[in-house]
Amino acid sequence: MKVLVIAQLTFREGLRKKLVWGVLLLSLLFVVLYVWGFHLFVQDWREMEARRAARGVPAGTYEIFASAMVLLGLWTVNFLSGVMTIFASVGTIASEIDAGTLQAIVPKPIRRWEIVLGKYLGFAGMLALYIAAMVASVILTARIVGDYTPPNVVEGTLLIVLVMLILLSLTVFGSTFLSTVTNGVVVFMLYGLAITGGLVEQIGTALDNDVLIRIGVISSIVVPSDSMWRLASYLFQPRLAVNFLGPNPFGTTTPPSAFAVQYAVAYALVLLLAAMLVFRKRDL
Amino acid sequence: MIATGAEPHQAQPISVAPVIEAFGLRKVYGDRVAVEDLSLEVYEGEVFGFLGPNGAGKTTSVKMLVGLIQPTAGTARILGRPLGDLEARRQIGFLPELFRFHDWLRGQELLDLHGKLYGMSRQERRRRIPEVLALVGLAGVGHLRVRAYSKGMQQRIGIAQALLNNPRVVFLDEPTSALDPLGRRDVRELILRLKSEGVTVFLNSHLLSEVESVCDRVAIVNHGRVVATGPMSELLSRELTVEFRLGALPDGVVGGLATYVQVEAVTDGPRPVVVARASDEAAIARAVDYLVRSGAPVYGVVPERRTLEEVFVDIVSREGAEPR
Repeated sequence: MKVLVIAQLTFREGLRKKLVWGVLLLSLLFVVLYVWGFHLFVQDWREMEARRAARGVPAGTYEIFASAMVLLGLWTVNFLSGVMTIFASVGTIASEIDAGTLQAIVPKPIRRWEIVLGKYLGFAGMLALYIAAMVASVILTARIVGDYTPPNVVEGTLLIVLVMLILLSLTVFGSTFLSTVTNGVVVFMLYGLAITGGLVEQIGTALDNDVLIRIGVISSIVVPSDSMWRLASYLFQPRLAVNFLGPNPFGTTTPPSAFAVQYAVAYALVLLLAAMLVFRKRDL
Repeated sequence: MIATGAEPHQAQPISVAPVIEAFGLRKVYGDRVAVEDLSLEVYEGEVFGFLGPNGAGKTTSVKMLVGLIQPTAGTARILGRPLGDLEARRQIGFLPELFRFHDWLRGQELLDLHGKLYGMSRQERRRRIPEVLALVGLAGVGHLRVRAYSKGMQQRIGIAQALLNNPRVVFLDEPTSALDPLGRRDVRELILRLKSEGVTVFLNSHLLSEVESVCDRVAIVNHGRVVATGPMSELLSRELTVEFRLGALPDGVVGGLATYVQVEAVTDGPRPVVVARASDEAAIARAVDYLVRSGAPVYGVVPERRTLEEVFVDIVSREGAEPR
């Protein structure tokens, strides 16, 4: 009950942030460009098919290219949601400790963990809505403009939400003991590490280099956000497209296992619990 | 009126013991001792003044009592319950020294938020919020954003927030720091009103005149420990300065007087005056008795009432005001 009071406050507060509106504006711009781009792609494809047909060349596989377009769109959604997650929540506890706004909240009949959980849920709700709206934009564009529907939309979307929850746990946890700026730097570096680690793993797979693959695996243990995105990307594509593209910066041919998903969920939960524990002892 | 609509606190019978009890509370940051050893008791319905020079550990002490800071050692009970107990917190109001609120909220939204945190129902909040706004002199500005409030208004809404739940105990940490003289008078009246309604007020302040005019009992802290505590009247008369106006000063009387009181100054002349310090009123009586027996006509005994400020300065300077 009290958790929801804090969640609601956090949600409202989140929507007041300039950064959030900046990302929303950028996202709107992205959606407009995406619709336009998809439209151009479909036009070009049709022209190309017409020329091929005239020359008697067999038709290409539209599905592969439409899927690649969708993958690019969703990759952008995932990236924007990651950035928004980190920067919206980076100072959630730290900046409120600095500002002193928690001093009138904490002595109320509310437990400290309820404050942390409330903040977490407030941000998670806001970001999940954002992800849902953005994924819907991409999928509907593909469907309406490109007459293509990717597979496993629900599972894939849930995985993007999981990526967000991982980053949110990490950021909220850091915010219970680091200053806002330090936390921002640390979390963003970890986020970068995860993305780079994912790329290294793809390169390793392409070159069949075990060391590179191991680096990727270690990075996905440190921060499992990128590996969850790669699983999402794998699910969002038809097998045909996955095999055609091979290892690439946006997806993977070797999807993380079910255990990796369990690990990622546990990772987010443990960090959230750790945030509650640290905040419980924190002097305000 | 605070009492309007205030439901009598029929919450679980909490206790008849002291409302606030601290046993050896201690807070250490690294090697800096913020609060050395805080022990005190505050009784129901009292206005308790908590005084001390800057850096004496006043705010840290209050923060420990309201659960913002974890004590390094020691315990405390509020309303008979351990620190952090939610039922006790339901009946506590707290105005932080740094009253900073979510200033993008409107005044009444802010109070609504705090009301929800107190677990007040919608009807309770709807009834109580205009009441407390009026109580702190903010009626009519509840629809404005807190950011647009002056500092004094923000402090007032902070007080409103602390009284929202009809608390049994209110902790006010420097409640008048941002207020002008009129605002200070308002707060003084508010505290007296709370007292008349049986609310216990823990007032943390360094405005001694303010404390003197409203508090029943005070504790003076220095270097993180209570160096003097007691009812205001007792503290003020703890060491009396008294002026003996005499008709004559027979030889040796001053020396003899010194066995009863501590002679500070003697003005000779046709009407000698002896200024002395007495440990209590009985000592003055004995001194007068001695003077009469020694043949010094006593025309007047004028006790010099000390202000709280004098007592405070005296006690604190004896201890050394610099924090260790």
